[in-house]
Amino acid sequence: MKIYLDYAASTPVDERVLSKMLPYFTEQYGNPSSVHWYGQQAEAAVEQARSLVASLLNARADEVVFTSCGTESDNLALRGVAWAQRKRRGANHILISPVEHHAVLHTAQQLAEQGFEIEYLPVDESGMVDPDDVRSAIRPGTALVSAIYANNEIGTINPVGEIGKACREAGVPFHTDAVQAAAHLKMDVDADNVDLLSIGAHKFYGPKGVGALYVRQGTPIEAAQAGGKQENGLRAGTHNVPYIVGLAEAFRLAQSTLQERAQHHSALRDYLLGNVLENIPRARVTGHPSRRLPNHASFVFDNVDGNQLLMMLDIAGYACSSGSACKTGSPQPSEVLTAIGLARHWALGSLRVTTGRDSTPELIEQFSQVLAELIGRIRAASQ
Amino acid sequence: MMPEKPFVVVAMSGGVDSSVAAALLAEQGYRVVGMMLRLWSEPGREDSNRCCTPDAMAQARKVAQAIGIPFYAVDVRERFYQAVVQSFLEGYRAGETPNPCVVCNRQIRWGALYEQARASGADFLATGHYARRSTDESGLARLHKGMDAGKDQSYVLSVLSQEQLRHSLFPVGEYPKAQVRELARKYKLPVAERPDSQDLCFLAGQDYREFLSQHAPEVLRPGVILSTEGKAIGEHRGLAFYTIGQRKGLGIASPRPLYVIGKDQAANVLYVGEESCLGGAELLAGEVNWLAGEPPGEVFDASVKIRYRAREVPARISICTDGRVRVQFKQPLRDITPGQRAVFYQGDVCLGGGKILASEGAV
Repeated sequence: MKIYLDYAASTPVDERVLSKMLPYFTEQYGNPSSVHWYGQQAEAAVEQARSLVASLLNARADEVVFTSCGTESDNLALRGVAWAQRKRRGANHILISPVEHHAVLHTAQQLAEQGFEIEYLPVDESGMVDPDDVRSAIRPGTALVSAIYANNEIGTINPVGEIGKACREAGVPFHTDAVQAAAHLKMDVDADNVDLLSIGAHKFYGPKGVGALYVRQGTPIEAAQAGGKQENGLRAGTHNVPYIVGLAEAFRLAQSTLQERAQHHSALRDYLLGNVLENIPRARVTGHPSRRLPNHASFVFDNVDGNQLLMMLDIAGYACSSGSACKTGSPQPSEVLTAIGLARHWALGSLRVTTGRDSTPELIEQFSQVLAELIGRIRAASQ
Repeated sequence: MMPEKPFVVVAMSGGVDSSVAAALLAEQGYRVVGMMLRLWSEPGREDSNRCCTPDAMAQARKVAQAIGIPFYAVDVRERFYQAVVQSFLEGYRAGETPNPCVVCNRQIRWGALYEQARASGADFLATGHYARRSTDESGLARLHKGMDAGKDQSYVLSVLSQEQLRHSLFPVGEYPKAQVRELARKYKLPVAERPDSQDLCFLAGQDYREFLSQHAPEVLRPGVILSTEGKAIGEHRGLAFYTIGQRKGLGIASPRPLYVIGKDQAANVLYVGEESCLGGAELLAGEVNWLAGEPPGEVFDASVKIRYRAREVPARISICTDGRVRVQFKQPLRDITPGQRAVFYQGDVCLGGGKILASEGAV
């Protein structure tokens, strides 16, 4: 018996998505940049997908750039805006939260090596950014603000609309990594005052290897990848037509089922959060208790080796995560857990459980029993 | 209902022996899970730790994928440093020549890894050691030498408790090394043939003296070299540089070859003498482990190995009241070295062993 509880890492491709994609592998295989009919058909498919994605974001079609994944979207947003801002107005200062995904964090750190000044916004113990802190940290030389929409490791949802408002008032472009959020929350770039927003299809039952970046019209941005003129010159490279079609269909399905899925998932999540706190000693929930992704439960356990826990859970048949995938078993506490102020002996014992379409109350109940037993065994062995 | 398959965790290294061990067990119908230890190396030298370089880790992962078993890395760096590296340094501080591999087997492989395997529900921990195990009607497990006498590794397994031995498997011990290599080819395992190394893994290519000079500089204090007549005949560079029986590198001009015959840690004196001064007819061993849980008698004959690569020699073993053992050799031995392990055999059965505390009865 194998139970998958790591839907924040990836999801299976929905059958309906797959069937929309298949014709573009073998029948309508033209290159959208070609002059002929094959190319025109493929181009139509890409543009239809673009319009669909744009409407789901409350954006215009020409504001959607297709990429190869959420990470690429983050790279393009940060690098592209930073370079353009420096060139146009000498802006050199980048504000990010300290609990960003590595796609943002490591891109920012690379920009720091190129002379940009990276400043980390404060976060509270749930990993949330205070819009007032954004307001006071912005200066005339600020090129870009980036704050994650919903945290991958601890599930906390940021007050994105308010952060966006603070940026808008100061005239600074605002990027948000919505890779986790887009699977579960209503996306509206106008309501959220967002200038750039990253998504990736495989988090919402679409294929791996395709993402999108929303870029508000007029946002200063340069291409991060040079080549052909695809995607308004922002993302060179032949369009991945079947995957772009798949992303759009998966995003449509996700955004049209938000409410019922949120109800289903948050019931499981709250049961699990409560059960763990009640039955496992020295356990804490990480992230915000309620302003969090509906399918996301995350914990730390005092003096438990998180890697050992993941391994034992897998052997027992449950696939979970510590929040950031690390196969070498390196015992370094994550930056996110350190940023929210957890001591090392807590931070090393982290666990993330994310539910999906096949998760049932019975499975979650079984899981919480196994979890309590394994933590008991690990603690008994390390006495 | 079908009985559940026995569940075994294999300690993998990416090398031939543990890879074949995993494949054999999978073929024999066990439920197999691979685990690989991540051990401590000097910061910055992790890539040279022959036990667990990132390459070896990737290799072991490929082997596990080829066999179709789950694979996990188990990070024991902190525990390895505390248990193995610290006792290695302590050994030199006490004037011994320590054997860290023995400590690693006791504290790490059959410590941390064995515990994690058992806590995960495994019935057995398997390794790629060349040794064999049998169980008699009463359920008592015995450790035998590997089929391939030239490769036998029962010496380093002499630290196991009866409980651990009962829950351990050594699948390649049934085969000669050449056949193990053939099995790797037969199973199409992507193993890289790495040269056997005698170096300690955590030295990561460094000389042990260089390592000591960084971690325990106090054991490298120069001092006087005394002859058997008590005459000062030279200066040594620190007692840790020398081992009993050593001839080369003494830096003394003498008409006849001189050998290290003893060390006085407290006085920081190195004793040298002619070959005839070397050797002892007896040794005392402590921290003794009996694989059966107890010795076969108060006094008994056995053959003894005083180093991993030493020849087995006949001896009489007497158990002292405090649990230590006195080993009287039929013929004196030249290189009894405190800190190394004396391991006892009867036929191909390994009885156990202990740490050499002192050599006595020099001829």
